[in-house]
Amino acid sequence: MTLSYPIESLTAHPPRLSPGYKSTVKRSPSKPLIIMRHTLSELTGPVYGHETVRENDSDLTTQHKGEPLGERIIVHGHVFDEDGRGVPNTLLEIWQANACGRYVHVVDQHPAPLDPNFTGAGRAQTDAQGYYKFVTVKPGAYPWGNHHNAWRPAHIHFSVFGPAFISRLVTQMYFPGDPLFEFDPIFNSVTDEKARFRMVSSFDLENTRPEWALCYRFNIVLRGRGATPMETK
Amino acid sequence: MQEPSDQLPSDKGITPSQTVGPYFKYGLTPGSQYDWNDAFGNNLVTPDTTGERIRIEGRVFDGDGQVVPDCMLEIWQADAQGRFSDPQDKRALPNSSFKGFGRIGTDANGGYAFDTIKPGSMPDPDGKPQAPHILLAVFARGMLLHLYTRIYLDGEAGNAADPVLALVPADRRATLIAERQPGNAGAVYRLDIHLQGDNETVFFEV
Repeated sequence: MTLSYPIESLTAHPPRLSPGYKSTVKRSPSKPLIIMRHTLSELTGPVYGHETVRENDSDLTTQHKGEPLGERIIVHGHVFDEDGRGVPNTLLEIWQANACGRYVHVVDQHPAPLDPNFTGAGRAQTDAQGYYKFVTVKPGAYPWGNHHNAWRPAHIHFSVFGPAFISRLVTQMYFPGDPLFEFDPIFNSVTDEKARFRMVSSFDLENTRPEWALCYRFNIVLRGRGATPMETK
Repeated sequence: MQEPSDQLPSDKGITPSQTVGPYFKYGLTPGSQYDWNDAFGNNLVTPDTTGERIRIEGRVFDGDGQVVPDCMLEIWQADAQGRFSDPQDKRALPNSSFKGFGRIGTDANGGYAFDTIKPGSMPDPDGKPQAPHILLAVFARGMLLHLYTRIYLDGEAGNAADPVLALVPADRRATLIAERQPGNAGAVYRLDIHLQGDNETVFFEV
Protein backbone atom coordinates (compact mmCIF):
# COMPACT_ATOMS: atom_id res chain seq x y z
CA MET A 1 0.00 0.00 0.00
CA THR A 2 1.16 3.46 -0.78
CA LEU A 3 1.15 5.74 2.21
CA SER A 4 0.83 9.49 2.38
CA TYR A 5 3.00 11.67 4.58
CA PRO A 6 1.19 14.80 5.74
CA ILE A 7 3.63 17.44 6.90
CA GLU A 8 1.38 18.21 9.89
CA SER A 9 2.91 15.15 11.55
CA LEU A 10 6.25 16.94 11.64
CA THR A 11 5.04 19.15 14.50
CA ALA A 12 6.12 16.40 16.91
CA HIS A 13 9.76 17.12 16.06
CA PRO A 14 11.91 19.62 17.93
CA PRO A 15 12.46 23.02 16.35
CA ARG A 16 15.76 22.95 14.48
CA LEU A 17 16.91 26.06 16.30
CA SER A 18 16.81 25.17 20.00
CA PRO A 19 19.30 27.58 21.61
CA GLY A 20 19.46 25.59 24.86
CA TYR A 21 21.33 23.04 22.76
CA LYS A 22 24.09 25.38 21.68
CA SER A 23 25.30 23.55 18.60
CA THR A 24 21.95 24.18 16.90
CA VAL A 25 22.65 27.91 16.71
CA LYS A 26 25.00 27.70 13.71
CA ARG A 27 23.68 24.46 12.26
CA SER A 28 20.04 25.31 11.65
CA PRO A 29 18.77 27.06 8.54
CA SER A 30 17.83 30.74 8.84
CA LYS A 31 15.73 30.86 5.68
CA PRO A 32 12.30 29.26 5.40
CA LEU A 33 12.14 25.71 4.10
CA ILE A 34 10.31 25.29 0.82
CA ILE A 35 7.16 23.22 0.89
CA MET A 36 6.62 20.94 -2.08
CA ARG A 37 4.39 18.10 -3.15
CA HIS A 38 5.85 14.67 -2.67
CA THR A 39 7.01 12.96 -5.83
CA LEU A 40 8.20 9.40 -6.39
CA SER A 41 11.62 10.45 -5.07
CA GLU A 42 10.19 11.31 -1.67
CA LEU A 43 7.62 8.48 -1.54
CA THR A 44 10.00 5.62 -2.22
CA GLY A 45 12.94 4.49 -0.15
CA PRO A 46 15.75 2.00 0.10
CA VAL A 47 14.85 -1.61 0.76
CA TYR A 48 17.32 -3.61 2.82
CA GLY A 49 16.81 -7.26 3.44
CA HIS A 50 18.35 -10.04 5.42
CA GLU A 51 21.64 -9.71 3.57
CA THR A 52 22.24 -6.50 5.52
CA VAL A 53 21.61 -7.93 8.97
CA ARG A 54 23.68 -10.82 10.19
CA GLU A 55 22.41 -13.34 12.69
CA ASN A 56 24.08 -11.81 15.74
CA ASP A 57 23.95 -8.15 14.82
CA SER A 58 21.08 -7.54 17.22
CA ASP A 59 22.92 -8.94 20.25
CA LEU A 60 25.51 -6.40 21.38
CA THR A 61 26.66 -8.66 24.21
CA THR A 62 28.08 -11.40 21.97
CA GLN A 63 30.22 -9.43 19.53
CA HIS A 64 33.50 -10.03 21.35
CA LYS A 65 35.36 -12.82 23.11
CA GLY A 66 33.95 -12.03 26.50
CA GLU A 67 30.76 -10.52 27.82
CA PRO A 68 30.56 -6.77 28.35
CA LEU A 69 30.30 -5.38 31.84
CA GLY A 70 27.08 -3.73 32.90
CA GLU A 71 23.42 -4.48 33.31
CA ARG A 72 22.26 -6.78 30.52
CA ILE A 73 18.95 -5.67 29.04
CA ILE A 74 16.50 -6.60 26.31
CA VAL A 75 15.17 -3.68 24.27
CA HIS A 76 12.26 -4.58 22.04
CA GLY A 77 9.11 -3.20 20.54
CA HIS A 78 7.33 -2.46 17.31
CA VAL A 79 7.82 0.02 14.53
CA PHE A 80 4.42 1.40 13.62
CA ASP A 81 3.09 3.82 11.06
CA GLU A 82 0.70 6.57 12.09
CA ASP A 83 -2.30 4.29 11.61
CA GLY A 84 -0.85 1.75 14.01
CA ARG A 85 0.15 -0.76 11.38
CA GLY A 86 3.43 -2.53 11.98
CA VAL A 87 6.16 -1.52 9.53
CA PRO A 88 7.54 -4.84 8.26
CA ASN A 89 11.09 -5.71 7.23
CA THR A 90 12.57 -2.34 7.99
CA LEU A 91 16.10 -1.77 9.16
CA LEU A 92 16.97 -0.44 12.61
CA GLU A 93 20.49 0.57 13.56
CA ILE A 94 21.50 1.43 17.12
CA TRP A 95 24.63 2.76 18.76
CA GLN A 96 25.28 3.64 22.36
CA ALA A 97 27.78 4.29 25.16
CA ASN A 98 28.92 1.41 27.32
CA ALA A 99 27.76 0.86 30.90
CA CYS A 100 30.22 3.50 32.10
CA GLY A 101 28.95 6.18 29.74
CA ARG A 102 31.85 5.92 27.29
CA TYR A 103 31.58 5.60 23.51
CA VAL A 104 34.12 3.65 21.49
CA HIS A 105 34.36 6.72 19.23
CA VAL A 106 37.83 8.30 19.16
CA VAL A 107 36.37 11.77 19.81
CA ASP A 108 34.89 10.69 23.15
CA GLN A 109 37.35 11.88 25.80
CA HIS A 110 35.19 11.18 28.84
CA PRO A 111 37.58 9.63 31.40
CA ALA A 112 35.50 6.52 31.92
CA PRO A 113 36.80 3.10 30.96
CA LEU A 114 36.30 1.50 27.59
CA ASP A 115 35.12 -2.09 27.62
CA PRO A 116 37.08 -4.39 25.30
CA ASN A 117 34.00 -6.57 25.07
CA PHE A 118 31.60 -3.87 23.97
CA THR A 119 31.44 -1.91 20.72
CA GLY A 120 27.94 -0.59 21.18
CA ALA A 121 26.60 -0.87 17.64
CA GLY A 122 23.82 -3.15 16.44
CA ARG A 123 21.39 -3.79 13.61
CA ALA A 124 18.05 -5.52 13.39
CA GLN A 125 15.23 -5.85 10.95
CA THR A 126 11.57 -5.81 11.91
CA ASP A 127 9.58 -8.94 11.20
CA ALA A 128 6.33 -9.08 9.23
CA GLN A 129 4.46 -7.47 12.15
CA GLY A 130 6.98 -4.69 12.68
CA TYR A 131 8.52 -6.32 15.77
CA TYR A 132 12.23 -5.97 16.62
CA LYS A 133 14.47 -7.00 19.50
CA PHE A 134 17.97 -6.13 20.70
CA VAL A 135 20.04 -7.48 23.57
CA THR A 136 22.57 -5.04 25.00
CA VAL A 137 23.75 -3.47 28.25
CA LYS A 138 22.23 -0.41 29.82
CA PRO A 139 24.29 2.64 28.77
CA GLY A 140 25.63 5.02 31.38
CA ALA A 141 25.01 8.75 31.59
CA TYR A 142 27.91 10.90 30.47
CA PRO A 143 29.01 14.54 30.69
CA TRP A 144 29.14 16.85 27.69
CA GLY A 145 30.28 20.38 27.09
CA ASN A 146 27.03 22.17 26.39
CA HIS A 147 26.90 24.02 29.71
CA HIS A 148 28.31 23.75 33.22
CA ASN A 149 27.81 20.27 34.66
CA ALA A 150 25.85 19.06 31.65
CA TRP A 151 25.08 15.32 31.61
CA ARG A 152 23.17 13.38 29.00
CA PRO A 153 20.49 11.06 30.37
CA ALA A 154 21.23 7.44 29.47
CA HIS A 155 20.07 6.79 25.93
CA ILE A 156 20.40 4.49 22.94
CA HIS A 157 20.58 6.09 19.49
CA PHE A 158 18.13 4.63 16.96
CA SER A 159 18.20 5.00 13.20
CA VAL A 160 15.12 3.69 11.36
CA PHE A 161 14.23 3.66 7.67
CA GLY A 162 10.54 2.93 7.19
CA PRO A 163 8.83 2.78 3.81
CA ALA A 164 10.00 6.04 2.25
CA PHE A 165 13.01 8.33 2.23
CA ILE A 166 10.86 10.85 4.10
CA SER A 167 9.87 8.34 6.81
CA ARG A 168 13.53 8.20 7.83
CA LEU A 169 13.99 8.77 11.55
CA VAL A 170 17.03 9.20 13.77
CA THR A 171 16.11 9.46 17.44
CA GLN A 172 17.22 8.50 20.93
CA MET A 173 15.55 6.07 23.30
CA TYR A 174 15.59 7.07 26.94
CA PHE A 175 14.97 5.06 30.12
CA PRO A 176 11.99 5.67 32.38
CA GLY A 177 12.41 7.83 35.46
CA ASP A 178 15.80 9.30 34.59
CA PRO A 179 16.56 12.17 37.00
CA LEU A 180 18.49 13.97 34.25
CA PHE A 181 15.45 14.52 32.02
CA GLU A 182 14.62 17.98 33.29
CA PHE A 183 18.18 19.25 32.79
CA ASP A 184 18.84 17.94 29.29
CA PRO A 185 18.34 20.44 26.43
CA ILE A 186 18.33 17.71 23.77
CA PHE A 187 15.52 15.75 25.43
CA ASN A 188 13.65 18.99 26.15
CA SER A 189 14.08 20.30 22.62
CA VAL A 190 10.86 18.39 21.97
CA THR A 191 8.49 21.01 23.30
CA ASP A 192 5.31 18.92 23.46
CA GLU A 193 5.39 16.82 26.61
CA LYS A 194 3.42 13.90 25.18
CA ALA A 195 5.69 13.78 22.17
CA ARG A 196 8.74 14.02 24.41
CA PHE A 197 7.71 11.01 26.45
CA ARG A 198 7.22 8.97 23.30
CA MET A 199 11.03 8.80 23.33
CA VAL A 200 11.04 7.15 26.75
CA SER A 201 10.91 3.37 26.85
CA SER A 202 8.76 1.56 29.38
CA PHE A 203 9.96 -1.04 31.83
CA ASP A 204 8.58 -4.36 30.65
CA LEU A 205 8.52 -6.77 33.59
CA GLU A 206 6.50 -9.32 31.68
CA ASN A 207 9.24 -9.82 29.13
CA THR A 208 12.23 -9.79 31.43
CA ARG A 209 14.10 -13.08 31.42
CA PRO A 210 14.32 -14.32 35.00
CA GLU A 211 17.87 -14.81 36.23
CA TRP A 212 19.19 -13.20 33.05
CA ALA A 213 18.05 -9.73 31.88
CA LEU A 214 15.61 -6.90 32.47
CA CYS A 215 13.50 -5.70 29.58
CA TYR A 216 12.45 -2.34 28.17
CA ARG A 217 9.85 -1.75 25.49
CA PHE A 218 10.33 1.01 22.94
CA ASN A 219 7.72 1.44 20.26
CA ILE A 220 8.55 3.75 17.40
CA VAL A 221 5.94 5.55 15.32
CA LEU A 222 7.10 6.65 11.88
CA ARG A 223 5.38 9.00 9.47
CA GLY A 224 2.92 7.43 7.08
CA ARG A 225 -0.86 7.17 6.88
CA GLY A 226 -3.19 5.25 4.65
CA ALA A 227 -3.58 7.30 1.51
CA THR A 228 -7.02 8.78 1.03
CA PRO A 229 -8.25 7.65 -2.37
CA MET A 230 -10.34 10.78 -3.00
CA GLU A 231 -7.56 13.19 -2.13
CA THR A 232 -7.23 15.87 -4.76
CA LYS A 233 -4.50 18.38 -5.16
CA MET B 1 9.41 -14.81 20.92
CA GLN B 2 6.80 -12.79 19.13
CA GLU B 3 4.82 -10.04 20.79
CA PRO B 4 1.33 -9.02 19.82
CA SER B 5 1.18 -5.54 18.34
CA ASP B 6 -1.04 -4.29 21.11
CA GLN B 7 1.19 -1.53 22.34
CA LEU B 8 0.48 1.43 20.12
CA PRO B 9 1.06 4.52 22.24
CA SER B 10 -2.26 5.81 23.49
CA ASP B 11 -1.61 9.29 22.19
CA LYS B 12 -1.38 9.79 18.46
CA GLY B 13 1.73 11.14 16.88
CA ILE B 14 5.08 10.15 15.57
CA THR B 15 8.26 9.56 17.53
CA PRO B 16 10.21 12.82 17.62
CA SER B 17 13.62 13.15 16.04
CA GLN B 18 16.81 13.69 18.03
CA THR B 19 20.28 14.57 16.85
CA VAL B 20 22.54 11.90 15.41
CA GLY B 21 25.17 13.33 17.79
CA PRO B 22 28.95 13.27 17.42
CA TYR B 23 29.48 9.54 17.90
CA PHE B 24 27.59 7.91 15.05
CA LYS B 25 30.63 6.89 13.01
CA TYR B 26 31.22 3.47 14.46
CA GLY B 27 27.55 2.64 14.23
CA LEU B 28 26.38 4.11 10.96
CA THR B 29 28.98 5.21 8.46
CA PRO B 30 31.58 3.28 6.52
CA GLY B 31 35.19 4.15 5.89
CA SER B 32 36.23 4.93 9.43
CA GLN B 33 38.61 3.10 11.72
CA TYR B 34 35.75 1.00 12.99
CA ASP B 35 35.18 -2.25 11.18
CA TRP B 36 31.58 -2.65 12.19
CA ASN B 37 29.55 -1.00 9.51
CA ASP B 38 29.94 -2.46 6.07
CA ALA B 39 26.30 -2.23 5.12
CA PHE B 40 26.39 1.17 3.49
CA GLY B 41 28.86 3.17 1.52
CA ASN B 42 29.38 6.07 -0.81
CA ASN B 43 29.86 4.01 -3.95
CA LEU B 44 26.45 3.12 -5.33
CA VAL B 45 27.71 1.56 -8.54
CA THR B 46 27.36 -2.21 -8.78
CA PRO B 47 28.96 -4.30 -11.54
CA ASP B 48 25.72 -4.53 -13.50
CA THR B 49 24.69 -0.89 -13.12
CA THR B 50 24.08 0.83 -16.41
CA GLY B 51 24.25 4.57 -16.90
CA GLU B 52 26.75 7.39 -16.93
CA ARG B 53 29.14 7.20 -13.99
CA ILE B 54 29.33 10.42 -12.05
CA ARG B 55 30.98 11.58 -8.87
CA ILE B 56 29.38 14.20 -6.66
CA GLU B 57 31.63 15.86 -4.14
CA GLY B 58 31.68 18.91 -1.95
CA ARG B 59 31.98 20.19 1.57
CA VAL B 60 29.53 21.04 4.34
CA PHE B 61 29.65 24.40 6.13
CA ASP B 62 27.90 25.88 9.16
CA GLY B 63 26.55 29.40 9.66
CA ASP B 64 30.01 30.76 10.48
CA GLY B 65 31.47 29.30 7.31
CA GLN B 66 33.29 26.65 9.33
CA VAL B 67 33.47 23.16 7.90
CA VAL B 68 31.28 20.50 9.48
CA PRO B 69 33.50 17.45 10.02
CA ASP B 70 30.90 15.39 11.88
CA CYS B 71 28.10 15.35 9.38
CA MET B 72 26.37 12.29 7.91
CA LEU B 73 24.96 12.53 4.39
CA GLU B 74 22.53 10.11 2.78
CA ILE B 75 21.39 10.08 -0.82
CA TRP B 76 18.47 8.39 -2.56
CA GLN B 77 18.05 8.33 -6.30
CA ALA B 78 16.57 6.60 -9.31
CA ASP B 79 18.52 4.49 -11.77
CA ALA B 80 19.56 5.71 -15.21
CA GLN B 81 16.06 5.00 -16.52
CA GLY B 82 14.45 7.04 -13.76
CA ARG B 83 13.18 4.01 -11.79
CA PHE B 84 13.50 3.42 -8.07
CA SER B 85 14.73 0.21 -6.48
CA ASP B 86 11.57 -0.03 -4.41
CA PRO B 87 8.47 -2.13 -5.17
CA GLN B 88 6.39 0.95 -4.33
CA ASP B 89 7.51 2.34 -7.68
CA LYS B 90 4.89 0.51 -9.72
CA ARG B 91 6.08 1.59 -13.14
CA ALA B 92 8.86 -0.91 -13.74
CA LEU B 93 11.49 -2.62 -11.72
CA PRO B 94 15.14 -1.71 -12.18
CA ASN B 95 17.08 -4.24 -14.19
CA SER B 96 20.16 -4.26 -11.98
CA SER B 97 21.25 -4.55 -8.40
CA PHE B 98 21.57 -0.76 -8.20
CA LYS B 99 19.95 0.20 -4.90
CA GLY B 100 20.09 3.97 -5.21
CA PHE B 101 21.01 4.60 -1.58
CA GLY B 102 24.33 5.88 -0.24
CA ARG B 103 25.72 7.13 3.04
CA ILE B 104 28.95 8.84 4.08
CA GLY B 105 30.34 10.77 7.02
CA THR B 106 32.17 14.01 6.21
CA ASP B 107 35.93 14.05 6.70
CA ALA B 108 38.00 16.44 8.82
CA ASN B 109 37.63 19.12 6.14
CA GLY B 110 33.88 18.73 5.91
CA GLY B 111 34.31 16.88 2.63
CA TYR B 112 32.15 14.20 1.09
CA ALA B 113 31.92 12.31 -2.18
CA PHE B 114 29.50 9.86 -3.76
CA ASP B 115 30.26 7.68 -6.77
CA THR B 116 27.05 6.90 -8.56
CA ILE B 117 25.30 7.17 -11.91
CA LYS B 118 23.34 9.98 -13.40
CA PRO B 119 19.69 9.29 -12.60
CA GLY B 120 17.09 9.39 -15.33
CA SER B 121 14.20 11.77 -15.54
CA MET B 122 10.93 10.77 -13.90
CA PRO B 123 7.42 12.17 -13.72
CA ASP B 124 6.05 14.41 -10.99
CA PRO B 125 2.52 13.71 -9.63
CA ASP B 126 0.99 15.50 -12.62
CA GLY B 127 3.04 13.52 -15.09
CA LYS B 128 5.36 16.41 -15.87
CA PRO B 129 8.99 15.40 -16.21
CA GLN B 130 11.35 16.12 -13.36
CA ALA B 131 14.95 16.78 -14.27
CA PRO B 132 17.51 14.24 -13.03
CA HIS B 133 17.97 14.80 -9.32
CA ILE B 134 19.24 13.08 -6.20
CA LEU B 135 17.66 13.47 -2.77
CA LEU B 136 20.08 14.38 -0.01
CA ALA B 137 19.45 14.11 3.72
CA VAL B 138 21.82 15.93 6.08
CA PHE B 139 22.38 14.77 9.68
CA ALA B 140 24.84 16.17 12.23
CA ARG B 141 25.54 17.00 15.82
CA GLY B 142 23.64 20.22 16.44
CA MET B 143 20.86 19.15 14.08
CA LEU B 144 17.86 17.89 16.01
CA LEU B 145 16.10 16.91 12.81
CA HIS B 146 17.78 16.10 9.51
CA LEU B 147 17.36 18.38 6.53
CA TYR B 148 16.27 17.37 3.04
CA THR B 149 17.54 18.94 -0.12
CA ARG B 150 17.94 17.95 -3.77
CA ILE B 151 21.01 17.74 -5.96
CA TYR B 152 20.45 18.76 -9.58
CA LEU B 153 23.13 18.55 -12.23
CA ASP B 154 24.61 21.47 -14.08
CA GLY B 155 23.81 21.60 -17.79
CA GLU B 156 20.77 19.31 -17.78
CA ALA B 157 18.22 20.41 -20.34
CA GLY B 158 15.37 19.48 -18.00
CA ASN B 159 16.40 21.87 -15.22
CA ALA B 160 14.65 24.86 -16.79
CA ALA B 161 11.24 23.16 -16.69
CA ASP B 162 11.68 21.17 -13.47
CA PRO B 163 8.57 21.68 -11.31
CA VAL B 164 10.46 21.55 -8.00
CA LEU B 165 13.24 23.91 -9.05
CA ALA B 166 10.47 26.25 -10.19
CA LEU B 167 9.29 26.54 -6.56
CA VAL B 168 12.67 27.92 -5.54
CA PRO B 169 13.37 31.66 -5.79
CA ALA B 170 15.57 32.16 -8.84
CA ASP B 171 18.41 33.69 -6.86
CA ARG B 172 18.68 30.60 -4.64
CA ARG B 173 18.41 27.87 -7.29
CA ALA B 174 22.16 27.67 -7.74
CA THR B 175 22.46 26.20 -4.24
CA LEU B 176 20.80 23.04 -5.60
CA ILE B 177 22.76 22.63 -8.82
CA ALA B 178 26.04 20.72 -8.69
CA GLU B 179 28.67 22.30 -10.92
CA ARG B 180 30.33 20.17 -13.56
CA GLN B 181 34.07 20.20 -12.96
CA PRO B 182 36.53 20.61 -15.82
CA GLY B 183 38.92 17.80 -16.57
CA ASN B 184 38.95 14.42 -18.21
CA ALA B 185 38.81 12.17 -15.18
CA GLY B 186 35.17 11.35 -15.73
CA ALA B 187 32.11 13.37 -14.84
CA VAL B 188 32.69 15.12 -11.52
CA TYR B 189 30.12 17.47 -10.06
CA ARG B 190 30.69 19.73 -7.10
CA LEU B 191 28.11 20.94 -4.60
CA ASP B 192 28.82 22.51 -1.24
CA ILE B 193 26.15 22.43 1.44
CA HIS B 194 25.67 25.53 3.59
CA LEU B 195 23.50 24.83 6.62
CA GLN B 196 22.94 28.52 7.32
CA GLY B 197 23.88 32.01 6.12
CA ASP B 198 24.09 34.05 2.96
CA ASN B 199 24.74 31.07 0.72
CA GLU B 200 22.34 28.84 2.64
CA THR B 201 21.34 25.74 0.73
CA VAL B 202 17.67 25.51 -0.12
CA PHE B 203 16.07 22.89 2.09
CA PHE B 204 12.64 21.38 1.59
CA GLU B 205 9.90 20.74 4.11
CA VAL B 206 8.82 17.33 2.95
